[in-house]
Amino acid sequence: MTYGAAETKRARGSAPGLTLTGDVRFGTVPLLEEVTLDLVPGGWTCLLGPSGAGKSTLLRLIAGLDTGSQFDGSIAASDGQDVEGRVAYMAQDDLLLPWLDLRGNVAVGARLRGERPDQVRIDRLIDRLGLAQHATKRPSKLSGGQRQRAAIARTLMEDKDYVLLDEPFSALDARNRADMQDLAAAQLAGRTVLLVTHDPMEAARLGHKVYLMEGTRLHLLPKPSGPPPIRPADDPDTLAYGAALLARLRAPE
Amino acid sequence: MMTRIGTGAVVTCVLLGLWQALVTFAGLPPFILPGPLRVAGALWDNAALIGWHAAVTFTEVIAGLILGAILGAATALHMATSPFARHFLRPVLVLTQALPVFALAPILTLWLGYGIGSKILMAVLIIYFPVASAFYDGLMGTPRGWLDLAKSMQATPRQVLWRVRMPAALPSLASGLRLAAVYAPIGAIIGEWVGASQGLGYLMLLANGRAKIDLMFAALAVLAVLTLILHRVVGAGCDRLTARIT
Repeated sequence: MTYGAAETKRARGSAPGLTLTGDVRFGTVPLLEEVTLDLVPGGWTCLLGPSGAGKSTLLRLIAGLDTGSQFDGSIAASDGQDVEGRVAYMAQDDLLLPWLDLRGNVAVGARLRGERPDQVRIDRLIDRLGLAQHATKRPSKLSGGQRQRAAIARTLMEDKDYVLLDEPFSALDARNRADMQDLAAAQLAGRTVLLVTHDPMEAARLGHKVYLMEGTRLHLLPKPSGPPPIRPADDPDTLAYGAALLARLRAPE
Repeated sequence: MMTRIGTGAVVTCVLLGLWQALVTFAGLPPFILPGPLRVAGALWDNAALIGWHAAVTFTEVIAGLILGAILGAATALHMATSPFARHFLRPVLVLTQALPVFALAPILTLWLGYGIGSKILMAVLIIYFPVASAFYDGLMGTPRGWLDLAKSMQATPRQVLWRVRMPAALPSLASGLRLAAVYAPIGAIIGEWVGASQGLGYLMLLANGRAKIDLMFAALAVLAVLTLILHRVVGAGCDRLTARIT
């Protein structure tokens, strides 16, 4: 791995897209039928839906993680290469290891692969996320917002084409959440991002494309207006879009 | 901490006072129940003798504790990493707990003789299960999110074990070791009762046989203090271990 790989890789152009098509079943119970999820190359795709609808299941399928379900279908990158090994994963829980300091947590991917972490890049990422004075602190000494920043630094350190975010900001307070949305939009520019969320405003602000899960179906919704990411939280169109999404989420099936 | 020690001292003094009062006012003969003053006297008079036997027992306990902890932890690691080992070692593990160690003591003495080998093995047998099973539970109970993260990072199984599962299981290992620190002396003493020519267990039997009940109580007191110190030291070590990871 060379110095500054993240920046150079992104400078060469945006990441490829990805398409998931197929059915998901839990035993004999269908969870999702005939779904097509198309990720915007180098942009944000938001997947919205009620809890338990199977949003995380789709994300975990792409990440190659256990879902406890059967998947019949295909997951293909638009550049024709394998998806495996090109995915970075971030969850609602920051998943920082409590026995490592912040720097160690950002370096954990390389360590877990038995590689030597690139210390210069780690320090630069930590600096970029405004965590420089916390680099030697354990996660227990960090605030919720700082912990989530650290998780973003760790995700960026992975330098992958696809970034899968499973409700990463839902445990944060309103202010921290808005800050983290701004930060993530800026830092993940050029990558293909799948954001699973249950917050309509989050989808309205960040999505290049918004999918809604209803029952066993996945619907592609009209594109939010205004330049993504990230639309101002007080933009009338964005507010109207978020309100419409909320109304649709609340509508009886 | 200070208040805990203070409370402990007060409780101990009250109990000793009650004991002495019982002996004094009930007029119990010293060969049935000697008072604490008489036991203290026996301890003072036989300090060298008790000290020597205590050193033997202590050696057995420490050796058993170290060996048992290593064997138990190694078994847990092996079971946690290999489904094959899990399948075949788990029954063995349960068996070591199902067999009454008391019943094994004479056989171990027969095989290993009257020396400290059979006592060390008794201590190992008695702590092997708590250490192995506590550490194994910890290794198998790694939070799923961390394993998912590691998988998405294409971690190697060896690195996941070393950098995630093992540190995450240290508190469980620590609780196993705390138990082991209290159990190990029991194993050594049982071994000494069954057949030995040295050690506190041997001394207690000897003193009992000669109706030197005060000496027997003195040896028992030393054993209790040894066990308490061991429990404290192992506990403090475990606390430092877990403080490093949380």
